[in-house]
Amino acid sequence: MSIPANLKYTKEHEWVRIEGDTATFGVSDHAQEALGDIVFVELPEIGRTVDAGEAYAVVESIKAVSDVYAPVSGEIIEVNEALEAAPEKVNTEPYGAGWITKVKMSGNADELMSDDEYNTFLEE
Amino acid sequence: MSQTSYSAVSGIQHEEALLFEHAHEAAKSISLPGVEGDISPELQAFSRQEAAQIPGLSEPETVRHFVRMSQWNHSIETGFYPLGSCTMKYNPRVNEQVVRLPGLADIHPDQPIDSVQGVLELLYELQTWLCELAGFSDITLQPAAGAQGEITGLMMIRACLDARGEQHRKKVLVPDSAHGTNPASAALCGMHCVALKSRPDGRIDLDELKKHLDGDVAALMMTNPNTAGAFESDIKEICQLVHDAGGLVYGDGANLNALVGVARPGDMGIDCLHINVHKTFSTPHGGGGPGAGPVVVNEILAPYLPVPRIVKEGDVYRIETHDEQSCGTVLGSLGQVGVLLRAHAYIAAFGRNHLHKIAQDAVLNANYVLHRLKGAYHVPFEGLCKHECLLTDEYQNKHGVKTLDIAKQLIDLGFHPMTIYFPLIVHGAMLIEPTETESKTTLDSFCDAMLDIAAQCEAGDTQVLHDAPVKPFRRRLDETQAARKPVLVWQK
Repeated sequence: MSIPANLKYTKEHEWVRIEGDTATFGVSDHAQEALGDIVFVELPEIGRTVDAGEAYAVVESIKAVSDVYAPVSGEIIEVNEALEAAPEKVNTEPYGAGWITKVKMSGNADELMSDDEYNTFLEE
Repeated sequence: MSQTSYSAVSGIQHEEALLFEHAHEAAKSISLPGVEGDISPELQAFSRQEAAQIPGLSEPETVRHFVRMSQWNHSIETGFYPLGSCTMKYNPRVNEQVVRLPGLADIHPDQPIDSVQGVLELLYELQTWLCELAGFSDITLQPAAGAQGEITGLMMIRACLDARGEQHRKKVLVPDSAHGTNPASAALCGMHCVALKSRPDGRIDLDELKKHLDGDVAALMMTNPNTAGAFESDIKEICQLVHDAGGLVYGDGANLNALVGVARPGDMGIDCLHINVHKTFSTPHGGGGPGAGPVVVNEILAPYLPVPRIVKEGDVYRIETHDEQSCGTVLGSLGQVGVLLRAHAYIAAFGRNHLHKIAQDAVLNANYVLHRLKGAYHVPFEGLCKHECLLTDEYQNKHGVKTLDIAKQLIDLGFHPMTIYFPLIVHGAMLIEPTETESKTTLDSFCDAMLDIAAQCEAGDTQVLHDAPVKPFRRRLDETQAARKPVLVWQK
């Protein structure tokens, strides 16, 4: 199970990469493993503002349809359109080409888990 | 591995091409008559310009095509079918005999009403019985299945709230254990859903419910017993809270088999409920036939029932087609009459004094399976279950075996798998609904197979599970590709 050290994590198994005031969202390796083969990703609209904890995307796997929640608040500035044709990237590269959206942050990430904390959370 | 009398073996099964791929010009089993006389000017624009694509096949070729494909199937007539939340009980043959009586099979919805009094009497009687069994005052037989029952119920709730001048109430609360059709029906009805997080024991959390109850709530949609097979023991308080907040309670009747003849949803405070008569009252369903989803309602919602409705005046039955307050029409004519008549036959065969045995035996069978399997499989929610029991693959995960592998191995052993990966609130869910129509021998045979699979995991003998199924005509299908790149239409 891969848990990169440079990211922050939520209890709903999303990750966020913070660079300046831009945050990139995706789902963790654990999440993609639990979901199974992903067949469709419903991306949010650019310009929409999301609150931390709000559902911003929908991921459909062969098992289930699941909401994906925003780890931090912000305005959506970019979405990963490549997922429309190749949703499997969420499975194969959850922390890389499988990213879902980028936001201009308006909140902070203080309450999120570090890689170590997320690892402990998963073991519990 | 122990010997099971139900184990699947290979047999003669034929590869089968699509009808169009079979077709050859030499054999045409039908010849369409030409048009007699002139086509009226209004219809001219619609007349066909190119030849219809009808495959050239003789009658025996056509029959063999469908019979061959039917032999690839597993059905309740070929083996045990413990598909959770689907109530795949045996469909008694006497039901089929009843609906084939000429007075029921050879009639038409538009023939004179005085010539169909018999079928109307049976349908009216069924209405009375369903109302009494579920504890409600009124009913529509129209909806064609459970999901259409849901939207019909929500349309009535919408009409009722609108009549109260509460057009703003659009929030529908749905527990996170709900059937996927519940939020879909609410969305179709122009409402939006809020998911209620379940308690650690899988039931509705009263505090979570209270948190979301406000002046925007239109309804709570709930299933009791819920999809984890657990009875919502706070049901009366739940309904009271929703009513106090000005909302209504919609009951999903998918799991009525656990209650029939023993407890009545109407007595619990639920305002309307659909009844999957094809489940609870045994008609072929699930790829094997159509369903029917009558909706029973209390006095609050009765004015908004769909039309047409059957009404009785003296000894005469007639059909009422117009009502100002009605939420509208949801299906042509009176609904899935053939399915409804089978349900009537099933209820009549049990009779008032014996219907409770359906629920009692269904609950007993599910608890028997739970009791036999609980050491070998993880049970997420402790205690007795209702008509279905919920297990997970947690113990088998340690050996690299997942729910899907267990399900596929069951196919090789001659059983239809249980419902897998549902409800979503537990990881690796296996939902087993044996129904009341199975003998102890059948249940034991299934439990032995499940215990053998668990033992194989413990022994590290797992390759066979990853390879399964090897016996059926088709092995593991590529569900991912089927979802990502579906081929839905035949092309030359």
